[in-house]
Amino acid sequence: MDELILGKYNYWVYVALMMIGFYAVIAKPNLIKKIIGVNIFQTAVFLFYISIGKVEGGTAPIVWDQAVHYDNPIPHVLILTAIVVSVSTTAVAFALIIKIKERFGTIEEDQIRDLRRTPTGEET
Amino acid sequence: MNEPQLTPLPLLLVFIPLASAVMTPLLARIHRSLAALTAQVVTAVSFVLACVLLDRVAEVGRVVYWLGNWEPPFGIEYSVDMLNGIVLVLVSFIGVVVSVFARESVASEIDEEKHPFFYAMFLLLFTGSMGIVVTGDIFNLYVFVEISSLSGYTLIAMGRNREALTASYNYLILGTIGATFILLGIGHLYMMTGTLNMADLAKLLPPLYKSRVILTAFALFTVGLSIKLALFPLHVWMPNAYTHAPSAVSSLLAATGTKVAAYVLLRVMFTVFHPNFDLNVIPVTRILLVLASIAILAGSMLAIAQTNLKRMLAYSSVGQIGYIVLGAMLVNRTGMTGALVHIVNHALMKGTLFLAAGAIVYKTGVETVEGLKGMGRKMPVTMAAFTVAALSMVGVPLTVGFVSKWYLALGALDAGMWYLLVVILASSGLNAIYFWRVVDWIYFARPSKELESVPAGEVPWSMLVPTIVTAGLCILLGVQADLPVSLAEQAAGLLVGGAH
Repeated sequence: MDELILGKYNYWVYVALMMIGFYAVIAKPNLIKKIIGVNIFQTAVFLFYISIGKVEGGTAPIVWDQAVHYDNPIPHVLILTAIVVSVSTTAVAFALIIKIKERFGTIEEDQIRDLRRTPTGEET
Repeated sequence: MNEPQLTPLPLLLVFIPLASAVMTPLLARIHRSLAALTAQVVTAVSFVLACVLLDRVAEVGRVVYWLGNWEPPFGIEYSVDMLNGIVLVLVSFIGVVVSVFARESVASEIDEEKHPFFYAMFLLLFTGSMGIVVTGDIFNLYVFVEISSLSGYTLIAMGRNREALTASYNYLILGTIGATFILLGIGHLYMMTGTLNMADLAKLLPPLYKSRVILTAFALFTVGLSIKLALFPLHVWMPNAYTHAPSAVSSLLAATGTKVAAYVLLRVMFTVFHPNFDLNVIPVTRILLVLASIAILAGSMLAIAQTNLKRMLAYSSVGQIGYIVLGAMLVNRTGMTGALVHIVNHALMKGTLFLAAGAIVYKTGVETVEGLKGMGRKMPVTMAAFTVAALSMVGVPLTVGFVSKWYLALGALDAGMWYLLVVILASSGLNAIYFWRVVDWIYFARPSKELESVPAGEVPWSMLVPTIVTAGLCILLGVQADLPVSLAEQAAGLLVGGAH
């Protein structure tokens, strides 16, 4: 039991973080907060990848005379790519939010929905 | 089995569009028209290369390229067999058609200073789609999924209405969650096998099929890909995105975006995992069959209720994706052939319909279904193309729609699931309802007052020819169905050959 809860605590943290992020995406009406949720969601996955690369008692995977027993570097490399993707997604999302603010005048989802329902033309 | 042939062709299919995408804004500084020209030339070159590649694949079975000459499973491998060979030809063909169509359409819908970036994003989306199809490395696949998605979000946001922005934002949120699920699935597979190469995974996975980690990975892949595929009930992002995107973008996304996702689903379910896993270990084919049947019926019914033309076409896509999934989940050769042929056929039909819708917007500004009343007298050629594609969607004989429905129906009978015939027939009836209404209005209704004042005449040649070509193929490949069907049959054999 201890092994399941304490021994694998990083996996528990990843699942908890992922669900927190997912909750924010679903429940928060503010577009920026949704993006924060997406970021937490993605970061949880990064944590998962780093966890699977860890070798017990392993050192950093660098050229070093004491690095006989080292961590698996591939998940680290993979996750560097995923971090870049995450940053780009966030950047595109922020650009969209700025445009939405310009043209709808709000970044609250429920207000945007009301605006879309009323067929009044938009002021140029 | 023959040794795979090493050639740099698969790499060129990704590298040429990628390099050109970066160059496009620079070239546009020399002369404005160079941006559109670059996109046309690059897609045309890719199409020719894809055809050469398919020919080579037909000869030797499998063509590979090892990036940096690292042998798989250590390096990234690009691997093309019959299945992705077909999809590559399809995607690059639609790329050519849409980039020719785009020049005039984009000029009328998007501000001029944004044109170079539009074409840069267009080529990036093209790169992403080609990359997803060509790669044999599952992490590389994730990277290409994100490349195509991010450029897709940007392109959708370029639509004229402000709703394009919210549509793009919603797609971004859902798309990112879908892609992150895929990433997590890849992590689970890597954790158990230590490899990212698809062929290597296929070898290492079978002893691990009972592992809960592998089951989780499979579930994550299925859900993540279903979002990208817009499989009912995860289709909510699609109608808005297709409706508000610029016409050229809707055509490209509708014709290739979901098809590429369908390809990935087939690749993961039937190559990375063995078909027997899908059938015997977890009841995924059953679940997806039910979802696909609901998608077919719900998509068609929702389409009937729409007043906006592009939104109607988008909901009809939800149903058509159901057909593709349905055929594949029968897990027999005939059904799979039907699914693969339908990937090609639906791209042609929906491409034609969206191109025609784009032409209507260009010429008359009409976006509603009702606005089509009397359009047959104003734009006879475009409307003829629209009608051909609409008939094909219904599944009238001598059109491509009939060919794929025929194979899907045979596949359902082969699998002993006659009740799926009811679904296929019912949805043909529903398709007939909403397309007949439109065709009736186009030819037999009086034009509205606004339309009356529009002089009769066609759109420029560069928009008309792509529409005619895709509509022509809807008939040509319906009459002369041997070529696509024989290729699809070979690919189906690769996917479900060993199923029992």
